[in-house]
Amino acid sequence: MVGLTHYLTLSTILFCIGIFGALTRRNAIGILMSIELMFNAVNINFVAFSKFITPNDFVGQIFAIFVITVAAAEATVGLAIVLLIYRNFKGINVDNINIMKW
Amino acid sequence: MLTGIPAAIFYILTGIILGSAVMVVSSKNIFHCALFLVLCFFGVAGIYILLSAEFLAAVQVLIYVGAITILMIFAIMLTAKLYSAKIRQSNEQVLPGIIIVAALLVATIFTLSRTAWKLSYETAQVQSTVGIGKLLLTKYVLPFEVVSVVLLTALIGAIIIARKE
Repeated sequence: MVGLTHYLTLSTILFCIGIFGALTRRNAIGILMSIELMFNAVNINFVAFSKFITPNDFVGQIFAIFVITVAAAEATVGLAIVLLIYRNFKGINVDNINIMKW
Repeated sequence: MLTGIPAAIFYILTGIILGSAVMVVSSKNIFHCALFLVLCFFGVAGIYILLSAEFLAAVQVLIYVGAITILMIFAIMLTAKLYSAKIRQSNEQVLPGIIIVAALLVATIFTLSRTAWKLSYETAQVQSTVGIGKLLLTKYVLPFEVVSVVLLTALIGAIIIARKE
């Protein structure tokens, strides 16, 4: 028997893995990948709620489409920033990039 | 509720998703991370099919696997010599990170297993693609247009940020 709780548990574990990656990665591209994992976890939640709580109303799936769109925009701008950082710093390890600190 | 073979497929997909997600955040080679990310996105597309959201599964494969991951691989290739296995890929926050994440995981799973969800046992009257298409062009037409402006803005912004002076 696989119900709503199973999907929510799956997405919680996926979200936590994404948070762990975003906290511990040094590479800026690795951090962006972890953020994409978190977006996917949220989308699983939306679709699972849409299926199990409002099956005749597709609002959850529409929200998931908007999340995917914003994730695409975020990846585009994020990778452009990463390339700019690489050009200026000759590296994309975020612990070397601290010119905005102090 | 799924039983029998669909439930087995759910557990297989869960194994694929979580295993490849762990590899994404822990692999030393950033290029392997991108490849495991593709596997993870395919698993999530399978979960969407199990949840009878076929349109979202197709969108997932097209946008995440086809566009975002390819963009990531482009960025990895352009920032060369940074993904060799010799460079340390994680910072000093691994132990605090594990503690925080474990606390969050336990709290969230405890809460969601104790919540009484108002489940609905109806089956959908129309297919999800039909329903999404109708809603996107009637009730949600304004957010639909706004999100296309967001995409255009991101496109222009990325070009302006990444170009050489």
